[in-house]
Amino acid sequence: MRRLMNEYHVIGKRLPRIDAKEKVKGQAHYTDDLKLPGMLCGMILRSPFAHARILKIDASRALKVPGVKAVITGEDTVKVKYGVISRSPKFVDEYPLAVDRIRFIGEEVAAVAATDPDAALEAIELVQVEYEALPAVFDPELALQPGAPQIHDHAPGNISREFHLKQGDVEKGFFQSDFVREDTFTTQSAIHAYLEPHAALAAWDMTGRLTLYTSTQTPYYVQQHLALTLGINPDRVRVIKPCVGGGFGGKSDGMAALDFCAALLSRKTGKPVKIVYSRDEEFTAARRKHPVTITMKTGVRKDGTLVARQSKALLDGGAYCSLGPLTTILVGTFQTLPYRIPHFQYDGYRIYTNKPPCGAMRGHGGPQVHFAQDVQMDMIAEELGIDPVEMALRNGLRTGERSAAGFSIISSGFAECVRRVAEETKFGEQRSSQKANRSRAYGIGLGCGGFPSGAGFYFTNTTSAHSSVIIKAGEGGGVSVLTGASDIGQGSDSIICQIVAEVLGLPLENIRITSADTAMTPPDMGTYSSRVTVAAGNAALKAARAAREDIFRVVAKKMEANPADFVAANRKIFVKGNPEAFIPFEEAINLYQTENDGAPLVVKGSYNSPDKMSPTYSFGAYVAEVEVDLRTGEVQVIKMTAGHDCGQPLNPMSVEGQVEGCIVMGMGYALSENLSFEGGQTLNPSFLGYRAPAANQSPEIVIHHVIGRDPEGPFGAKETGEGSLDPTTPAIANAIYNAVGVRIKDLPITPEKILRELKKKGKS
Amino acid sequence: MMKKLIELHVNGEVHSLAVKPNDTLLDALRNHLGLVGTKEGCSVGECGACTVLLNRRPALSCLTLALDAVGMEITTIEGVSQGEALDPIQQAFVDYGAVQCGFCTPGMILTAKELLEVQKHPSVDEIKHALSGNFCRCTGYTKIVEAIEAVSTERRVKS
Repeated sequence: MRRLMNEYHVIGKRLPRIDAKEKVKGQAHYTDDLKLPGMLCGMILRSPFAHARILKIDASRALKVPGVKAVITGEDTVKVKYGVISRSPKFVDEYPLAVDRIRFIGEEVAAVAATDPDAALEAIELVQVEYEALPAVFDPELALQPGAPQIHDHAPGNISREFHLKQGDVEKGFFQSDFVREDTFTTQSAIHAYLEPHAALAAWDMTGRLTLYTSTQTPYYVQQHLALTLGINPDRVRVIKPCVGGGFGGKSDGMAALDFCAALLSRKTGKPVKIVYSRDEEFTAARRKHPVTITMKTGVRKDGTLVARQSKALLDGGAYCSLGPLTTILVGTFQTLPYRIPHFQYDGYRIYTNKPPCGAMRGHGGPQVHFAQDVQMDMIAEELGIDPVEMALRNGLRTGERSAAGFSIISSGFAECVRRVAEETKFGEQRSSQKANRSRAYGIGLGCGGFPSGAGFYFTNTTSAHSSVIIKAGEGGGVSVLTGASDIGQGSDSIICQIVAEVLGLPLENIRITSADTAMTPPDMGTYSSRVTVAAGNAALKAARAAREDIFRVVAKKMEANPADFVAANRKIFVKGNPEAFIPFEEAINLYQTENDGAPLVVKGSYNSPDKMSPTYSFGAYVAEVEVDLRTGEVQVIKMTAGHDCGQPLNPMSVEGQVEGCIVMGMGYALSENLSFEGGQTLNPSFLGYRAPAANQSPEIVIHHVIGRDPEGPFGAKETGEGSLDPTTPAIANAIYNAVGVRIKDLPITPEKILRELKKKGKS
Repeated sequence: MMKKLIELHVNGEVHSLAVKPNDTLLDALRNHLGLVGTKEGCSVGECGACTVLLNRRPALSCLTLALDAVGMEITTIEGVSQGEALDPIQQAFVDYGAVQCGFCTPGMILTAKELLEVQKHPSVDEIKHALSGNFCRCTGYTKIVEAIEAVSTERRVKS
């Protein structure tokens, strides 16, 4: 394993990120840091009703506020709906500014532009909207009842999406099983809580072209949806992604309302317009994670071998589709990772309710189903008297297998992950030892997961490759990389540079990267589905290899040798086995230009997933160790031990950063994070109210890299940014059960719930 | 609202500016002085992204009125490093991978700077406690704590 990493000069090294220095100096620029001459401040008026018809909007008083330059409403728009999954018309269900009806508290009704924020705020409060309140429905079960308020005309019964999957014959499977159990699990409303609020800055030039700087994960989708809703050709729209302060799926919706409002206000006023969401807007009106109710029936043999699974999921979708139609599928298909399930059936329903729309959030359906799946596995193991480790090993998917949903596993280090964490934590021994005193109880639990390393198709109709990279080399031997991939803080710019540096035999600092500018860089789907390392990484690898081939060809001609006999390393092009025979990289570039009438060396590489589901899959097994305070019910996660298989870590420090971030996010999901609602109103729209973990709650984290070489990923790498979330929550839930003997199947596992169950248990 | 002309001492320089009585120090730094390294994450004092040092103590610039910062020594992230050379805390954040999206980073570094000034060798728990008012959603805090610990113990970078 160690030898594998030493083959490389740049790959597999703990190198600092290329943008770390400017970030620690406060010199990295995010959208809100940008200013243009004459720039106006935009603000959005949001609906106070959960469901209403808009009868009349009167902006005359707002327009009289000194400094106010424009007010826009749905009437100023071309009234075209958008939806991120635009390939299917049924999922295109939302106006960027409400036209005649609003469907959740916080929906965008109007927007103003003014010379300063005070004037904008005053104007917003003076826009008079006449509403006719309509009956609203907030609970998906109630939304399904006959006579429930109908939220969309195109979706009778409020069913936004249903998805059914059948593999084998579950009835036969249950008949063949020695043991069958059925449980219902529920998960809460969670939200991304990235630190940088959405921001957008729009400006039009004299030729009628729009430039939009925006905080997004998917600039090419923003370009498409903005063009659609503004009624212009996409070639008129340039989207630039400056530094982004985290996204986690919350900035992957194709377009946010503020992108559209900034663009339209800018067109109306003829001045640049910037809009930044307040934290309150982020928590009340931005996309969030789907709360899901999952009923899971699982049949096993006496030895713990899974035979059949039948599950039904009800997703609370909120008022619009967002990415929810896909979530509905993934809540089913992700149940088929990381285990082999011969007979599988899933019925998923996403229901419209009068709440803010739910879309993708890190793990995208995975955290919900993996909580359910691995808690149920733990229950089954206990009832059969089997060690959960043994049960995971017995059922884990191996290289060459296909999951029940059709995921084709081309490399799996799952068993090794399980073995490593079990051994390191002395899992069996710790699990059976009772370590409790009168006030605190210790417990240990296992959670497992697997995750796609990439998406198989675009959400829009396009002829573009999934990822493309252009490499240009010129004066002074400088190498420029152009990529459409969006670094939102996960470090893709650095990883792409590492790949190019490795192939060309250059140090990392010799590579310059320009990313995510739709006018300059080649198209890319964007940052979601854990796709960037494999897709953009492979495109970069292809481009870098093409550049190297071109260079070897001219060097070989000059040195009268065979191009196949060269290597690139240490800024030189060497003859293999003869370190004395070389040409410096810079000279090789000059040679190339001389040979080509001065034309620069420009090459391109593209990548499309060979599988319409995903090119490959990561795996992980995590062990949580917790202490539960028996008096208060409070849980402290003491230690998390992670075994993860992301193939070859291209930068182990970056990989660890993803795993650690996932663990703490998964811990928040397990124990505290929750958006509460009443009548469609978010009750706790703040960081403190939402209760995402702070530094003093973060556990000790030990990470074991299970290194392998994936046949598809660049240098054998797979994803690590989302799959690492999935095992955390069930591991903690199972550890709590091990500590105090109560099962909470409803997230988050709060002290109140633990005390209530302990009390019940004490009585029986 | 009538603006008031004030002087602010920021990173060793004196700046004159006209502010409204309700302008926060964060507004003054970002919008008047162009010191955009200080970030606005929530504007209600919950996330810590806007942390600056006021007379060498961490303060939330979103909850501090610009008028109230008159006469105080203000340090922002732009004033932490000396020219090209990074402060040891900044260097450790780079070397230990403590920076991901970077939005919390300026506030984290200023909080850490004051911590290591008042307490030379804090324990891991003390570091975590000191950082508990600075929210980070990317890193899980692990590498941030490691970086600060490395500075306090003068540990060398893992190779």
